[in-house]
Amino acid sequence: MAAPLLELSGVSRTFGGLVAVDDLSFRVDAGTIVAMIGPNGAGKSTVFNLITGIYRPKGGAIAFDGRSLAGLGTARIASLGIARTFQNIRLFAFMPALENVMTGRHARMRANLVDSLLHTPRQRAEEKRVRERARELLRFVGLERDAGQYARNLAYGSQRRLEIARALASDPKLLLLDEPAAGMNPREKDDLVALIGRIRDSGVTVFLIEHDMGVVMTVSERIAVLDHGEKIAEGYPDDVRRDERVIEAYLGRADGAA
Amino acid sequence: MFRSLASRRIGLAVLGVLLLAYPLLDRNNAHVDFLANAGAFILLALGLNIVVGMAGLLDLGYAAFFAIGSYSYAMLASQQFGIHVPFWVMLFLASGIAAIFGILLGAPTLRLRGDYLAIVTLGFGEIVPQTFLNLSQFTNGPNGISSLDQPSLFGKPFGFSATPYYYVLLVLIALGIVAARNLQESRLGRAWMAIREDELAARHAGINTTAAKLSAFALGASFSGLAGVAYAAKLNIVSPDEFGFNVSVLVLSMLVLGGMGNIAGVIVGSFTLSFINSFLLPQSTAIAHSLGLANVDFTNYRFMLYGAILVLMMLFRPEGLIPSRQRAAEFHEALSDANLAHQEQAEYEGAAR
Repeated sequence: MAAPLLELSGVSRTFGGLVAVDDLSFRVDAGTIVAMIGPNGAGKSTVFNLITGIYRPKGGAIAFDGRSLAGLGTARIASLGIARTFQNIRLFAFMPALENVMTGRHARMRANLVDSLLHTPRQRAEEKRVRERARELLRFVGLERDAGQYARNLAYGSQRRLEIARALASDPKLLLLDEPAAGMNPREKDDLVALIGRIRDSGVTVFLIEHDMGVVMTVSERIAVLDHGEKIAEGYPDDVRRDERVIEAYLGRADGAA
Repeated sequence: MFRSLASRRIGLAVLGVLLLAYPLLDRNNAHVDFLANAGAFILLALGLNIVVGMAGLLDLGYAAFFAIGSYSYAMLASQQFGIHVPFWVMLFLASGIAAIFGILLGAPTLRLRGDYLAIVTLGFGEIVPQTFLNLSQFTNGPNGISSLDQPSLFGKPFGFSATPYYYVLLVLIALGIVAARNLQESRLGRAWMAIREDELAARHAGINTTAAKLSAFALGASFSGLAGVAYAAKLNIVSPDEFGFNVSVLVLSMLVLGGMGNIAGVIVGSFTLSFINSFLLPQSTAIAHSLGLANVDFTNYRFMLYGAILVLMMLFRPEGLIPSRQRAAEFHEALSDANLAHQEQAEYEGAAR
């Protein structure tokens, strides 16, 4: 069995009286593509926010690559190798696409204040490398022609791909994708599935939240289902598809009690 | 404005030569004096631009750092305590002291944004001159500290001509421009821009927003430390009333007028307001007096004029005279969004009727 890259053990989070995530245990193995699905409000995005340190768990533990993430800030967690995209796109709207990606590389750059102030040879060399790498990543997601465009002016699907490129710029071990297919047309979805496959093949583990069942069932190796903050099923796509509790969570009870 | 890089370079070279030769061409010390003062304000504007323009942290108390720079020189290079640190050393020292105060102010405001940050910095801007006013055993209170040490270069004192100060400020501004440009196109500059655009996304990109914001406050303050030393030495006296809220507002207006975030814009805006403030208004008053209008004093209308300029800018060119590409896009997209929303609203109402 592969080593778990990310492991949640008994993680809980409440907001006031609302239980958003309830005693969730879950693991993502290195080198896989894992999806988390569930009805709206099931607590999926909260799980991402707990992993990236936006929220602190009220109970339980999160470990990444063998170390605990407890008490670490978002920037620190990002620099450990967890990158993410957002459900409602959060690009740097008035920065060119290329600079968005370069900014994503921040944690892997060494230039300090003095380097930045004086443009030391070391700084120039690093800027050049980062620019090259950012161009490569734009090519990787198919946006090489839009390098100079403001992120804001890109088409919706392109913005989603730019967010992925920015996340990949930090050389993450784990990439969290929050509803990457939202708002995409069927062709864009096909491209996305291919892109996620290529990301995994490049050695990055992918953990995604997605509503689009076509995308989820095609791309994922394992799926976890969340409902009311609880994990109600987990397994291979075909098993999850036939799971009664999952069908119930999505469609309501067969006897019409809902 | 400039067609190509080459013509731009030639233009800058000509401007540089003109600026270097100016005191030799114009023997009127009052003109050089005005330019040297304007230079100190350009330095202030360049520093505030790092905080407000690049990092997007609205600072309404920036004059406090100018005061700290000036008082550092007054206390460490005068008869006040009998300490006489040389001017050139004080430039470094005072910018360091101002930077430390920049961090001290920045630290408690890190969680604040926009209006709230503005209010706290406004308070700091009031507290610092009040402190200098009330610590009279060290600062002579309202009388200020006078007869500061005269700078000298190679054993030659600066004297009472404005020309040496003019050159000092010219060099400081040149260095300031290079530093600001370098910062803008660096890891740190991108981090500032990212924080300005979306702080949460910036943190997810691995940016330590605390460190980035504190370095913006520190670097911005260090510029005003330099300006403070040069200004105090030139004036030969510091007093607490030189660093009031109106100075903070003046420097901020310079950014708004010229174009926040753009270095050329900041310099043009700063020079324009200095020109109106210290040259145009006093000169036109003098002319009015010579024409027999003894009761006219245009300098009293200074703030009315600033207000009018700011209102006109907001109406017709909110991004400033020479905006950065980003700011121009931000304002125009925002405006076209507003127009679009307006149109949709009108259509909706039309359909409802």
